[in-house]
Amino acid sequence: MDKFRMVFQFLQSNQESFMNGICGIMALASAQMYSAFDFNCPCLPRYNLAYGLGILLVPPLILFLLGFVLNNNVSMLAEEWRRPQGQRGKDPAVLRYMFCSMAQRAMIAPTVWVSVTLLDGKCITCAFCTSVPVETLGNASLPGLSQEDMKRVLARIPCKEIYDGQELIANEVAIRYLRCISQALGWCYVLLMTTLAFLVRSLRPCFTQAAFLKSRYWSHYIDIERKLFDETCAEHARSFAKVCIQQFFEGMSTDLAAARCHLPRKAPADAGEATEKLLGITDQGTMNTALKSWHRCKPPLHLHSPARPSGNGWAGEGQPPTHPPALRREIAAYYSRV
Amino acid sequence: MDRFRMIFQYFQSNSESVMNGICGLLALASVKMYTCFDFSCPCLPWYNMAYGLGIMFVPPVALFLCGLILNRQSLVMLEEWRRPQGRRKKDLAVIRYMCSSIIQRAMVAPVVWILVTLLDGKCLICAFSSSVDPEKFVGFANVSPVQVQQLLAKVPCKDDELMRNNTSRKAVSRYLRCWSQALGWSILLILIIAAFLARWLRPCFNQATLLQARHWSNYIDIEQKIFKETCCEHSRLFAHKCILHFFESMRQEIKLHSFSLPREGGGAEEEEGLLQGITDQDQVNKLLKMWYYEKPPLDVSQATQR
Repeated sequence: MDKFRMVFQFLQSNQESFMNGICGIMALASAQMYSAFDFNCPCLPRYNLAYGLGILLVPPLILFLLGFVLNNNVSMLAEEWRRPQGQRGKDPAVLRYMFCSMAQRAMIAPTVWVSVTLLDGKCITCAFCTSVPVETLGNASLPGLSQEDMKRVLARIPCKEIYDGQELIANEVAIRYLRCISQALGWCYVLLMTTLAFLVRSLRPCFTQAAFLKSRYWSHYIDIERKLFDETCAEHARSFAKVCIQQFFEGMSTDLAAARCHLPRKAPADAGEATEKLLGITDQGTMNTALKSWHRCKPPLHLHSPARPSGNGWAGEGQPPTHPPALRREIAAYYSRV
Repeated sequence: MDRFRMIFQYFQSNSESVMNGICGLLALASVKMYTCFDFSCPCLPWYNMAYGLGIMFVPPVALFLCGLILNRQSLVMLEEWRRPQGRRKKDLAVIRYMCSSIIQRAMVAPVVWILVTLLDGKCLICAFSSSVDPEKFVGFANVSPVQVQQLLAKVPCKDDELMRNNTSRKAVSRYLRCWSQALGWSILLILIIAAFLARWLRPCFNQATLLQARHWSNYIDIEQKIFKETCCEHSRLFAHKCILHFFESMRQEIKLHSFSLPREGGGAEEEEGLLQGITDQDQVNKLLKMWYYEKPPLDVSQATQR
C-alpha cells in the first residue's frame, strides 16, 4: 500500500514534469529545426511574399498540432467530452481547464519558432523586400523604370549575387532596414507573449481560485480513475485467465481419467506443492493431448464454480454432477469454431 | 515519522535552491541570447535611437516577466494576498517579504542583459552616434548639418561604402564604446556595493520580524504543496472506492438477472476475490459498456458505510 502510494505520487508529480519536459524538448527542437533549415528566398515578385509568410506561419501551426498529438491527455479530454451523461454529471469547467492547460503547453514551440524567425530576419526580408520605401532610402526618380520593373529589381534584394539595382537602392541599406523592422517585430512579439503569459498566470489567483482548485482536483481524478480502471481490468483479466486455464487443465485431467476408467487420483495430503501443480497430468501422452486440445478447442470464456478436490464435488447443491460436463462439452464445441 | 521529517527537510531546502537555480539559468540564458542575437543597426537617422534603446530595454522587460512566471512562489504569494480572510489573519509582513524575494530573483536576468549590452557597446554606439558633437571629430567637422546627421548615423555600420576606411568613424565608435563600458562598469559596481550593504546591514534592522516572515512564507509554500499531494492521494482513494463499488454493483445486477449458482463461501481463493463475481465474456463486455455509457456517480458514501 505504501509502495503503491509512493509510486503514484511519483507518477502524478512526474506526469506534470514529464509534460513540461516534452514542452522544453519541442521548443529546443523548433529552434534547432530553424537553424538547420536552409532558407532559400525565390527572389521573384509575388513568390517572395508567399514563401516568406509561409515559412513564418505554416511550421508553427504544425508544431501546435504536434504539441496536441504528443500530449497523452488529449484522449482523456476527448473521452470525457463525448461520454454519455449517465449517472454522473458533466462539468464544463473541468473540460475547459484540461483544454486550456493542454493548449498553453502546445503554444510554446510555435512561439519559439515565430520569435526565432522574426529575430533572424530572413523571412521578413524575403517577404517584404518589394515594399521597401525607395523614396527615403534610395533614388526613386531613376528614369526608365516602370512599376513592374522596379518590383522585379527590388525582389532580388535578398539574393545579393544577382542584385542589379545598386543605383536604385543600396543592397545593404535595404537589408539593414528590413532586418531592423523584423527584429523590432520579433522583440515586440516576445514581449507580448510573455505579458500574456504573465497575465494569464497571475490573474487566476485573483479571480477564480476556488473554481480552479475544483477543476484541478476533478481533472486529476478523471485521469487517476481511468488509470486505476485499466489496472483493475488488467488484474481481472489475469485472474480470469488463470482460473480459466486451471479449469481447462482440471477438465482435461478429469476427462482423460474418465476415458481410461481410472478413478480420479486424490493427491495425498503430504505430496507437496509440486505434485499439485502437475494438475493431474503426469505423462507425455496426456500432456500432448492437453496441448492439442488447447490449440484446437479453447475453453469458453465462462468460469464456473470451482470443483472441490474431494470425490463428489457438488456437496450441498443437489444438482447432478453429470449435467455441467455435458453442457460444457457442447459450449466447447460451439466456441471452437470462433 | 522519520520519513516525514526527511521529506520536510527536502522540501524546505529544495524550494529555495530550485528558485536560485532557475534564477541562474535565466541569467545564463540571457547572456546566450545576447551572443546569439545578430545585432544589426539600421544606420538611419531616427531609426538608430529607437533600435538601440529598444534592444537595450525591451528584452529585459520580457526577461523580468519570465522570471516572475517561472517562479512558483509568485503564485503562492498572489494566492495569499487575494484570499478571503476567513479564520486565518493575513500578515502583510510575510507578503512583503515574499514579494521582495521574488522581485530580487526576477531582477537578476534583466540586469545581466543590460550590463552585457553596455559592456559590449554596440547598442549605445547605434543609439547615440547621431547625438555626438561633430566638432570634436576631424572628418565630420566641415560637413553641412544635414549631411552630418546622415554620416553620423552610418557610423555603426563598418561595411557601408561611405564608412569603410573612415578614421573619424573609428574615432566616434571608440568614443561611444568608452562611454558605454564606463557606464556598464559603474552600474555593476554600484549594484554590487548595494547588495553588499543590504546583506551586511540587514541584521541590524528588524531581525526578529525577518525571521518570522521567512518562517511563515516557507510554511505557506509547504502547506500548499502538501495540500496538493493530499488531494492527489485522496482522489486516488476515491477512484479506487468508486471502481470497486462499480464492480460490486455490476455483480449484484448480474446476480439478480441470472440464475447462476451462489458462490461457495467468501474468499476461498484469492482469485475469486479479484474476479469480483464477473466470470463470463458477456458479463465483462457488459461491464465495459456500462463503464462507458453510464459512469457511476461520484458518491462513495454507500461503499464506505458498508
